[in-house]
Amino acid sequence: MVRPATRAGRIERRIARAERGPADAVDAGPSRRGRRSTPYLLVGPGVAWLVLLFVVPLGSLLVTSLKTGSFAEGFETAVRLRNYSDALSESWEAIKRSFVFALVATLAAAAIGYPLAYVIAFRGGRYKGLLLGLVVLPFFTSFLMRTLAWKTILSDSGTLNTTVDRLHLFGALEFLRLVPEGSDRLLQTNIAVIGGLTYNFLPFMVLPIYVSLEKIDRRLVEAARDLYSNAFRAFRKVVLPLSIPGVMAGSLLTFIPAAGDFVNAELLGGPQQTMVGNRIQSRFFEQVDYPAAASLSFVLMALILIGVLLYARLLGTEELTG
Amino acid sequence: MPDERHAGAMSDDVIQLERVVKRFGAFVAVENADFAIERGEFFSLLGPSGCGKTTTLRMIAGFEQPSAGRVLLDGVDVSNVPPHKRNVNTVFQQYALFPHMTVFDNIAFGPRSAKVPKAEIDRRVGEILEVVRLGEFWRRSPSQLSGGQQQRVALARALVNYPSALLLDEPLGALDLKLRQALQIELKRIQREVGITFVYVTHDQEEALTMSDRIAVMNKGRVEQIATPRDIYDNPATLFVAGFIGAANLLGGTVVRADGHGGSIALSAGPTVEAVLEPSLALKSGDTVTVMVRPDRIRLAGPALGDAQAPRIAGRVETLVFHGPLLRVDIRTASGSIVSAHLGTDVAIADLRPGDDAALTWDPTHSVVIPDYKADPVSGIGATEGIEST
Repeated sequence: MVRPATRAGRIERRIARAERGPADAVDAGPSRRGRRSTPYLLVGPGVAWLVLLFVVPLGSLLVTSLKTGSFAEGFETAVRLRNYSDALSESWEAIKRSFVFALVATLAAAAIGYPLAYVIAFRGGRYKGLLLGLVVLPFFTSFLMRTLAWKTILSDSGTLNTTVDRLHLFGALEFLRLVPEGSDRLLQTNIAVIGGLTYNFLPFMVLPIYVSLEKIDRRLVEAARDLYSNAFRAFRKVVLPLSIPGVMAGSLLTFIPAAGDFVNAELLGGPQQTMVGNRIQSRFFEQVDYPAAASLSFVLMALILIGVLLYARLLGTEELTG
Repeated sequence: MPDERHAGAMSDDVIQLERVVKRFGAFVAVENADFAIERGEFFSLLGPSGCGKTTTLRMIAGFEQPSAGRVLLDGVDVSNVPPHKRNVNTVFQQYALFPHMTVFDNIAFGPRSAKVPKAEIDRRVGEILEVVRLGEFWRRSPSQLSGGQQQRVALARALVNYPSALLLDEPLGALDLKLRQALQIELKRIQREVGITFVYVTHDQEEALTMSDRIAVMNKGRVEQIATPRDIYDNPATLFVAGFIGAANLLGGTVVRADGHGGSIALSAGPTVEAVLEPSLALKSGDTVTVMVRPDRIRLAGPALGDAQAPRIAGRVETLVFHGPLLRVDIRTASGSIVSAHLGTDVAIADLRPGDDAALTWDPTHSVVIPDYKADPVSGIGATEGIEST
């Protein structure tokens, strides 16, 4: 039926190249050298900032993570890989839990955030700015205050807890493993921590999705409707695929900080909700075991990196930047 | 609007608009549109931006619902039927191709939505790709195509569904002049080949004149005239149509004699001219009118009086512009009006110089008399309007 674009394609590319030609040839005037150094000068401050505040501390953290000794006897620089195997074996449960919590929170944030972003982008009209402002508004108060407020909302004698109890919803939550067996309270359960994470990182999900939806030409939806698609098919075939980059960006912005978070588990969870962030924190502040805290940090970082790379591989890298 | 098709041969009308009104709040976008479009016809909606032509098209497509009146497709009232259940397809301004799909998937989108069997889809898409001459580009993404190629994909994406009518919303607006002219011919060829009704929205009068079987000229939500291109050009029904399509000399005057089919009109630019008065206009002595004469119907009058019946306007040559195929001469009459003539280039330039005295004349049957009650209150009566736009 159709022939592959061979010869015509080649010719066209050649023409395109020829047309680009003159534009590529930058004039070689006397100020050329000065102009060429400008980009380097512009990235200079950024590079300096990153080297000073990211590369150097990271190197120092790496050195610390391999040290031997204790706080009382003093730490000595060494290459003690044991720190890493210890970190993995001692905190494996917490690491697993962190990833599960972060994943569930990311999915929940996407499930809540996508429809929210969709309504603002497609139905917001002149209230778009206001609605976006409302999404971000709670974040003008501190992270800690908001999480403490959740502690009050979820408290045992609070309205939410008693309502869930009265509606006999604890059985369902138990079935979903969101509360432990026989529990009649929300606080210090999985759902409290996951709920806190979802709430705290929701705007990081909503904003990128909003941006990608906002960019979509409305006539594409009309074109799909014109071509015999009902509203749902038009969404599934046109709007959803074109908003995937936003969902991907939002998922990363939610998942990465959620996996390393310790505040939500600390304030809303109990001993059964310990996340890797809590382990790092206790190694550092309570046990004053800096090498253990540092190696655990590296393990977390490496696992998140692997996760992100797999995710990018799965959905295509161009979607990440797209 | 005169539309004798309305009552008769219903079966041959693909689209019928019955007293369609569209309001957006207090703003009336379309006022009482009442016409029918025949099967296989190339029908243009022509008018300046904001005249309601796109809104009319969107009501046919189903993107807007009429505030009053009915839209019929193939004789069935579809006024409140959503777009995906109407058998018309749209070619959008700027094409609106799906950027995440290949050319093939773009074109196959409609048949797939309509659950056409796969083999049939492959056959149809291949066929339509040949019609729009894009056979080898099926695997490309829209961003890898030129503007003209994207335009043809948009056309194919609509035509592949064998719609009752194809709705085109300024489809050539984004292209440069040369490509636009080439695609005008291409569009016309495709329309003949597939035999589908085209409803074509444009603000470009030349485009409408060259391509259409009939044109509906719209202004401020109203349909001013529906006629063939030739009729629109030769016999504009209103001052707006006269000024919007082609170049026109619009000369104000008063009826001084009216009998049956003819009469005389005293032009404020000077002479009294004989003209045909349509009985349907019911003009009588004393009525103010505008006499429209196309510049290309005017020629230089010799020094002798010649035909006493022919109108003759004398004045001083104000400007002479050589346009290539024609020579434009503007003369200013004693009363200050400007009358423009498009002369053939067989007129020797040496004969005329700015400042010379000259006289212009035309065949009295080429005067079109437009009563002032049909005047557009805003655009007023200029001596010349749209002279540049030939």
